[in-house]
Amino acid sequence: MPHDAPEHAPGHAHDHDHAAIEADEPQGYYQHLAAATRSLLIEKGVFSAGDMRAMIEKIDERSPAVGARIVARAWTDPDFRERLLAQGKKTMKEEMDIDPVVADIVVVENTADVHNVVVCTLCSCYPVFILGRPPDWYKSYAYRSRTVRDPRGVLREFGTEIDPGREVRVHDSTADMRYLVLPMQPEGTEGWPEEKLAVIVTRDTMVGVAEAQAAG
Amino acid sequence: MPDYDNIRQQHDMGGLDKGPVAPSEHEIVLWEKQVEATMRLLSMREDKIVTVDELRRGIEELPPELYDTIGYYERWIMSLSNILVEKGVLGRAELDARVRDLEAGA
Repeated sequence: MPHDAPEHAPGHAHDHDHAAIEADEPQGYYQHLAAATRSLLIEKGVFSAGDMRAMIEKIDERSPAVGARIVARAWTDPDFRERLLAQGKKTMKEEMDIDPVVADIVVVENTADVHNVVVCTLCSCYPVFILGRPPDWYKSYAYRSRTVRDPRGVLREFGTEIDPGREVRVHDSTADMRYLVLPMQPEGTEGWPEEKLAVIVTRDTMVGVAEAQAAG
Repeated sequence: MPDYDNIRQQHDMGGLDKGPVAPSEHEIVLWEKQVEATMRLLSMREDKIVTVDELRRGIEELPPELYDTIGYYERWIMSLSNILVEKGVLGRAELDARVRDLEAGA
């Protein structure tokens, strides 16, 4: 195999808990590999330390609040909603100046008849520049394997019970095609201003593992 | 019918049953952010030194036992560094030497 780990890579006996890695933990092989790669790229002029800092800042500032603004706008503006469902990336970019950066974005709409949920079975494709970084559970083997096999069961583990009369559609993301769920607007929020609606649109409702609630 | 459970690759887990979903949300730490930013700096430029598909392909080519025992961003940096060597952007020898220097100095 052409891409085997270098001989000194600890491909075994890797027993620390990844959920508990902290920045001040003793540096292991992979942290050194990351630092070596980064420093060589900087020395060769591929990018600068300043570019690195700015990119981290750019990713850090993306959060589910960006997606929530898009959903709130769609709830209050039917024409925008129609264009968003027809051409996700183009509409976000041209009408809200929100650039999903990588990949196309398909917006899928929850209705009284259909509930949508998003997964990436092969890896962890996710609309990072609209929702921020994916949570650990989205990248977990359990979520990746079972969401396409038993979506209602997985949703139940998130406390979300979908009425048997509603169809559940599962969307499997790829590097070039990512999804945003347009949740149903909760009853009792008609007439709310966009800013107030955006507050009740959470990350999980836009992945489809929860439904929007008026209480937020 | 082919025996899909034996021919499928390690990353191809859709439809398997890997147990209940744990609602974990650990905060990303600095070195992980740096790996992520390194990748984006390489993929989001005009000449796309490394593409998202290449990163994914490199992750899928990791030996199954390694794929299953290392963390998410550890898979990323293994793939990314392999692809940079494959493309001649970095030399394997200089990369290994730099890792050894860092290990010695840490």
